Amino acid sequence: MDAEITLRVDGEEHRLTVDTRTTILDALRERIGNTSPKKGCDHGQCGACTVLLDGRRVNSCLTFAVAHDGAEVTTSEGLAENGELHPMHRSFIEHDGYQCGYCTPGQIVSAVGMLEEVGNGWPSHATENVSAEGNAGLSDDEIRERMSGNLCRCAAYANIVPAIQYAAEHGEGVERGGNA
Amino acid sequence: MKPYRYERSEDVSGTISTIAEEPEGAFLAGGTNIVDLMKLGVMSPDMLVDVRRLTPDDVEETEDGGVRIGAAVTNSDLAAERTIRSRYPAISEALLSGASAQLRNMATTGGNLLQRTRCVYFQDTTTPCNKREPGSGCSAIEGHNKNHAILGASEHCVATHPSDMAVAMTALDAFVVTHGPDGERRIPIEELHRLPGSEPERDTILEHGELITAVELPPTAFFSNSKYRKVRERASYAFALVSVAAAMDVEDGVIRDVRIALGGVAHKPWRATKAEEALRGEPVSEANFRAAAEIELEDAEPLSGNAYKIPLARNVIVRTLSDLSEEGR
Ligand SMILES: Cc1cc2nc3c(=O)[nH]c(=O)nc-3n(C[C@H](O)[C@H](O)[C@H](O)COP(=O)(O)OP(=O)(O)OC[C@H]3O[C@@H](n4cnc5c(N)ncnc54)[C@H](O)[C@@H]3O)c2cc1C
Ligand code: SF4
Ligand code: FES
Ligand code: FES
Repeated sequence: MDAEITLRVDGEEHRLTVDTRTTILDALRERIGNTSPKKGCDHGQCGACTVLLDGRRVNSCLTFAVAHDGAEVTTSEGLAENGELHPMHRSFIEHDGYQCGYCTPGQIVSAVGMLEEVGNGWPSHATENVSAEGNAGLSDDEIRERMSGNLCRCAAYANIVPAIQYAAEHGEGVERGGNA
Repeated sequence: MKPYRYERSEDVSGTISTIAEEPEGAFLAGGTNIVDLMKLGVMSPDMLVDVRRLTPDDVEETEDGGVRIGAAVTNSDLAAERTIRSRYPAISEALLSGASAQLRNMATTGGNLLQRTRCVYFQDTTTPCNKREPGSGCSAIEGHNKNHAILGASEHCVATHPSDMAVAMTALDAFVVTHGPDGERRIPIEELHRLPGSEPERDTILEHGELITAVELPPTAFFSNSKYRKVRERASYAFALVSVAAAMDVEDGVIRDVRIALGGVAHKPWRATKAEEALRGEPVSEANFRAAAEIELEDAEPLSGNAYKIPLARNVIVRTLSDLSEEGR
């Protein structure tokens, strides 16, 4: 059964007629041609399909597009502005935060969403005391826990954690587009 | 996946009558469980009614000083909510120990309660399973059952309930508010989920088309001294083998009151009332915690692959209560 929907993807509006069974992931990849989010497991288990949906990181493989008519979707591609890489992109490059790169767009979007959550004072399973006021801080353990929804089959974790740590510390200061 | 009709409505009664006329219809919230099961062919509704905008998505204080959580509040918002973190920390901890950040951002309070079992045979349409296909048999009883139940199971089904949040809510005396064809009701969460008996296809006592609108928590002061401890096969992003939610009121080394619920051991979050009873009025001591745990686990009946859960549950109960008795002094 078809439905007409609008999605705003990386700042651009798309009107689509989709089968109600179409996930946002399939709408992005197969209909809009944005192959930045990847299909790893298609069951919410790997995080390769992570996008920001109305600003929050989600698994696009478990969301029906029809249920998100009018939503704003940001993919890793959309994090780059005017052809310049996002600080998180640059930090992954500088820290060798990947090998094959298949999980990378999901990792990067997830990391950007994660820093926003930390900024909003959200605790995690690694947070010592959830009742405490204030911000949890960003230890390596916090990063590992908060990024556990993004698997890397190449096991580039040892470099992903420093890449995120660096971007978190130098995010604003990392110059867009320059060379490493 | 079977084609389905997508519906959205702004009013509860309209939605309930729409779904009442559609025996194969189902509610859609965050979709993180039902979309998965539709892809697997385990569930094949012919209509989905989107209820995210239909139920409240905020947490508010109730008249008695307790808290009402709207069914559409996401798992991540609920875990981060200040009131929950300070007054009912076990609920925050349970949520944060479940799934991944991406999933928690979509998953809702109502959907979390009604997520289906993770029994591998239930999810595999090529194998017999009484829950998925009544009368076809239970593949787990003679099969891979290391994740299955040790308490309250039946010869028809030995599955466990997967939710972490529900275990914490069960320990903390929550009520589930629903709206169904026969009006509103307020169900003690302990009564929401069923034991499998001869009808494992029914996870809960809810009728077809009965909508969860909220979960209410009582104003009990000592719930601020509550905790959730979960044991799993890896450090993160895995379902519980065994988990314990508990709250304790300690004064001068004596247990004035206590709440304990277990996860990963039964077809429903398991309220450990026998252990609670054994502990009320007793002095805080590891020996007492251990004795109470053993009383609760006396009825445990392990399967071929899950006898490890009995000592594990005992140890996790002892550890959780020990932590609470220190913090509660
Ligand atoms: C890889 C993975 C790992 C996970 N790990 C964990 C874990 O460790 N711990 C854990 O607890 N959970 C875990 N989960 C499960 C997750 O928590 C649930 O999928 C989620 O909470 C379901 O919420 P939802 O809003 O997405 O529900 P949906 O998928 O939308 O719905 C689930 C069910 O509830 C019904 N429903 C939804 N809302 C209502 C309502 N208001 N009234 C009546 N019926 C309703 C639907 O019809 C459906 O049957 C995991 C999931 C995945 C995919
Ligand atoms: S334990 Fe229950 S869900 Fe699992 S195969 Fe047996 S009947 Fe099905
Ligand atoms: S493809 Fe969505 S989580 Fe794996
Ligand atoms: S870089 Fe290959 S899967 Fe992560």
